[in-house]
Amino acid sequence: MPVISYREALNHAIKEEMERDERVFLMGEEVGYYQGAYKVSQGLLQRFSERRVIDAPIAEMGFAGVGIGAAMVGLRPIIEFMTFNFSLVAIDQIVNNAAKIYQMSAGQFPIPIVFRGPGGPAVQVASQHSQALESMYSHVPGLKVAMPSTPYDAKGLLKSAVRDENPVIFIEGETLYNATGEVPDEEYLIPLGVAEVKRQGSHVSLIAWSAMVPVCMAAAEKLAEEGIEAEVVDPRTLRPLDAKTIVESVQKTGRCVIVEVGWPLCGYGAEVAYQVQRECLDSLDAPIERVTSEDVPMPYALNLEREVIPQVADVVSAVHKVLYLD
Amino acid sequence: MRRIEPEEDTPDTSTKEELIPLYRQILAIRRMEEAAAKAYSQGKIGGFLHLIIGQEAVCVGAVSTLRRDDYVVATYREHGHAYAKGVSSRAILAELYGKKTGVVKGLGGSMHIFDKPTSFLGGYGIVGGHVPIAAGAGFASKYRGDGRVTLCFFGEGSSTIGGFQEGIALAALWKLPVVFICENNLYSMGTPLYRSLAVEDVSMRALAHGMARDRLDGDDVIRVRRRIQIAVDRARDSGEPTLVEVRTYRFRGHSMSDPGLYRTREEVDEWKRRDPLAIARRRLVDECGASEEELRAVEDEVKKEIADAIRFAEDSPAADEYRPYVTKESPTGD
Repeated sequence: MPVISYREALNHAIKEEMERDERVFLMGEEVGYYQGAYKVSQGLLQRFSERRVIDAPIAEMGFAGVGIGAAMVGLRPIIEFMTFNFSLVAIDQIVNNAAKIYQMSAGQFPIPIVFRGPGGPAVQVASQHSQALESMYSHVPGLKVAMPSTPYDAKGLLKSAVRDENPVIFIEGETLYNATGEVPDEEYLIPLGVAEVKRQGSHVSLIAWSAMVPVCMAAAEKLAEEGIEAEVVDPRTLRPLDAKTIVESVQKTGRCVIVEVGWPLCGYGAEVAYQVQRECLDSLDAPIERVTSEDVPMPYALNLEREVIPQVADVVSAVHKVLYLD
Repeated sequence: MRRIEPEEDTPDTSTKEELIPLYRQILAIRRMEEAAAKAYSQGKIGGFLHLIIGQEAVCVGAVSTLRRDDYVVATYREHGHAYAKGVSSRAILAELYGKKTGVVKGLGGSMHIFDKPTSFLGGYGIVGGHVPIAAGAGFASKYRGDGRVTLCFFGEGSSTIGGFQEGIALAALWKLPVVFICENNLYSMGTPLYRSLAVEDVSMRALAHGMARDRLDGDDVIRVRRRIQIAVDRARDSGEPTLVEVRTYRFRGHSMSDPGLYRTREEVDEWKRRDPLAIARRRLVDECGASEEELRAVEDEVKKEIADAIRFAEDSPAADEYRPYVTKESPTGD
């Protein structure tokens, strides 16, 4: 099976969907002539022309709204945010319009649109460029939220997002673009709302998505050296959430650590913890642990940033805690 | 009072055939709004209710230039725009009553009328947030080459918020077939122009974007129709957007809870002398040769229509479902 990068997988998904459906177009800052700030749209302008790969000026609220209006009347836009931090200036469009129009119109106007781009901290880009906003978006009924952790998932989920009839917030891991993995040439889709067990284990369940999945996989390797077998569950879609797969894992292992790069208060992991305790109370052998970023705006200095973002050692130590090994 | 048109302005000529249907719409909207106000005071309508009484000639004249498949995007003061586009008074009033038979099944209420059959793309409650959506409908028309035009209505209060600025900027940059119509009723809620806009002529914003502009008084439905027609033709024929400021005045408060203490009685009375309903009627009699009998027939018909719509709203079953329209079932699973 060919091995390609996460970035290429996204590029292939967009290209295939644009080839399949003439209603699909890509709009955003630098997506065309510049070939994408993160090169996800490399080659697409040449393939599809300016009509379907549209460079937008710096006006997120404007072009997010243009996408929503176009979706209302039958097109299927992919709107790229250079980073999801910039989606905050378009949040009125996303929350007040995209998420509401299907409901406000009593089903007359579905909004099949994808808002995509990188999210979560990269390296040393400081507080305004390092935010993980998935908890905020997952809060809003009317939206779907997908966060792939591998090239295979990135392609399959993005293709599903483009075909979905609803607005999908598709947050790519900013540090994952160069990650590589096997991606088949044949077409496949990964449905939104289906989790995947990324690693089998019997002693503890690690729940993580996007860039925290590789962190948990590395922690699992370390734990294996101590004889602890961690199961890693990646929900892949935060809204809708496949709680069943998570619950089944925790019922098997009896211990649960939820790892996210967002802030702790009202973080998505708090909701996962609630659902797990409700369904697994009898199987839990320890209180559920959460590993999150520190509750601060992201500092710039590399040493400070590392202290703030969850590291492999933090996950290992949380696992020790739920196994009463600390 | 600040008039846009010179006092000696000669109105565009019209005919009975043209003006009677427009007069009928203005009247129906007036009566529908009055009926809504009454029902509101009786506690039969809840939430916010923003009436368009006094401004009817703007939406009626503007929408009369459109084809059925052209799009209209409007604000939370949109009952008149929806009616002019073809949404029935029954569907509108039943919606205000929160009934299952309402145009959006009691899910939207007064501020969120949407109607796909008439290409009415909504009433929006966030000031200015709908302007980019109108640009998006225009974008889709250009993308498909379908020849449709989008009319986007908003108040002058929208002209200060980012959504408006970005929406018109993109429409100008990408040459989208949209006519942006600012219904400047001189007050954004309770704040007069001079305290909210450094430049009180909203159409001037077009200059910064190289966009065509126009500016007119909104009391004469024929004037509105003629001038908006020029902008609609420009959009349809050359894909160029236009920003139009229409000066108008709401006779009632911003919403039902607003007693309007920020305006003088004299000012309101002065504007009422330019009532678009009375002007249309006067023109029908004086210039178009309409008889009193003809007009009374129209008025009786409207009276019956609104009475029927109120009865329909009263008698309709309550809204009964809120779950089905959160997300749409998709082939890829949910």
